[in-house]
Amino acid sequence: MSKVKELVKEQADKLGRQRTSLMPILQAVVSAEHYISEEAMEAIAEELDLSTADVFGTASFYTFLDTVPRGKYIIRVCKTITCHMKGKDEIIRTIEGMLKIKLGETTTDKRFSLLQANCLGWCHKGPVMLINDEVYPEVTPEKVTEIINQYLKKG
Amino acid sequence: MEKNIKKVDLIFGKVDYMAIVEQSLKRTRDEIILDVIDSGLRGRGGAGFPTGLKWKFAKNEEADQKYVICNADEGEPGTFKDREILTQVPEKVLAGMALCGYCIGASEGYIYLRGEYNFLLPSLHKHIDEFHKKLKALKFDFTIRICSGSGAYVCGEETALMESMEGKRGEPRNKPPFPTSHGYLGKPTSVNNVETLVFALMIAQEGPEKFKEMGTFDSRGSKVFSVSGDTPTPGIFELELGMTLEQFVEEFGDGDTKAVQVGGASGFCVARKDFKSTLIGFEGIPTGGSMMLFNSSRSMYNILNDYLEFMEEESCGQCTPCRVGCQQLLKGIEAVKKGIKPPSYLEDLQKLSDTMRIASKCGLGQSVPNPFNSIIKNFREEIIY
Ligand SMILES: Cc1cc2nc3c(=O)[nH]c(=O)nc-3n(C[C@H](O)[C@H](O)[C@H](O)COP(=O)(O)O)c2cc1C
Ligand code: SF4
Ligand code: FES
Repeated sequence: MSKVKELVKEQADKLGRQRTSLMPILQAVVSAEHYISEEAMEAIAEELDLSTADVFGTASFYTFLDTVPRGKYIIRVCKTITCHMKGKDEIIRTIEGMLKIKLGETTTDKRFSLLQANCLGWCHKGPVMLINDEVYPEVTPEKVTEIINQYLKKG
Repeated sequence: MEKNIKKVDLIFGKVDYMAIVEQSLKRTRDEIILDVIDSGLRGRGGAGFPTGLKWKFAKNEEADQKYVICNADEGEPGTFKDREILTQVPEKVLAGMALCGYCIGASEGYIYLRGEYNFLLPSLHKHIDEFHKKLKALKFDFTIRICSGSGAYVCGEETALMESMEGKRGEPRNKPPFPTSHGYLGKPTSVNNVETLVFALMIAQEGPEKFKEMGTFDSRGSKVFSVSGDTPTPGIFELELGMTLEQFVEEFGDGDTKAVQVGGASGFCVARKDFKSTLIGFEGIPTGGSMMLFNSSRSMYNILNDYLEFMEEESCGQCTPCRVGCQQLLKGIEAVKKGIKPPSYLEDLQKLSDTMRIASKCGLGQSVPNPFNSIIKNFREEIIY
């Protein structure tokens, strides 16, 4: 059995095979694989006795349930109004320069994806970004350089 | 001199929350519900439905299972108070859920937590485990679980939220039937905002009088505000309701405030000339907490553009007025700005936004006219030139 099929089965065993398990299973696949592949969707459909189209329908609705491959570290910079006012564009330019990718792209070594997100709930401390589940409020170009360097060292 | 805005500490103050639960379990459900109705507490998530009535409707339903849902999806731009409440006083939120569960007759509760707040999960799970133990000691059967969102603003709408919990696309349902009769998995459900649940707990402790004394006739009590934008003091503040926008700006403005967006991207933009006559609350302009200040260095075109982009991206796409309307409003102001369309085109766009208010299925599409019409009305020149 492939790795992703095993993961799906393990999650279905843990959470149960009812429809209410679909979101947590999709979320578990994204945390492990950084996206939901066709293979994963087929495996989920089979375990939960749904059609693959139904699984795709749910997955494709949610911004954080990526259906295209993403990097190990997904950077989401808030682009909504207060973060826009407080300089999110400069933050994005800094990251683009460091990782040599444009907004929406993934590095060729599949380690980083750079995306924008809508309001992250830290507007009093903008600009703010998420790297996976980790929050980085009040970032500046200097701070963001330091943060990305730390991730680069982590591998 | 106008009176200063009163700071309040009902939400963030530490209390013996288990004692409140224990005392409440000794009272009848009707007594507590009557207190919540009497207090005048209205939902703090935006729509402002009277909380006690919601609980009463859910209680009156006959069902083998009912649910309590704590809405922690907090996606409205400029709102960040629920995150702070869940960080500082999570026990009070859990106790508020148990209180609601007791009143309506539910033994299961869910927190729908937005995916952006996943970093809160480890600490919330720890608090829930401890809380379960304490409830067991009281022999009260109530279990709390967490459902995570995955980055969709519309899932804050209560019926979309339940669709999402059921493993479906977060598309709002038709109302009626309302969640109090047909909610999660078709069972009677009370969906309450994080802040609302904590206020209900405090009302159970202190009685309705203290809450009722604060605020105004339609907007009782206090409210947690999320203040951001051009302000020297951004942050989270619990304030007595009933203040005018002028008082608010005196406290939080930077001396050069030209407009305040009250209620986030789905709220209203108020210009300086109207600060004095605008009351913050249900008789004036209500807010789920979001207060964004803009000073004269800001372009209102950029601000409107940001709001429309937000709505266009977050529209679930289920109904045509909202799906197409958001796109057309966004394209429309761009065309006017570039001179491709004449300024009078703004009037056509306003008609479109009025149609969206009437014809959209849920609060998202219905509220797009709020920022659109208020910004066009107050800052027409900035949109055109
Ligand atoms: C598009 C949209 C987004 C919403 N987002 C939230 C939210 O993030 N949190 C919230 O409590 N209510 C939100 N609401 C309001 C809910 O539908 C519901 O009225 C509320 O959770 C009820 O709780 P309350 O009575 O305590 O306010 C939203 C409504 C709409 C239309
Ligand atoms: S108004 Fe917008 S968000 Fe609401 S149901 Fe219609 S398309 Fe979806
Ligand atoms: S606008 Fe960026 S966190 Fe809210």
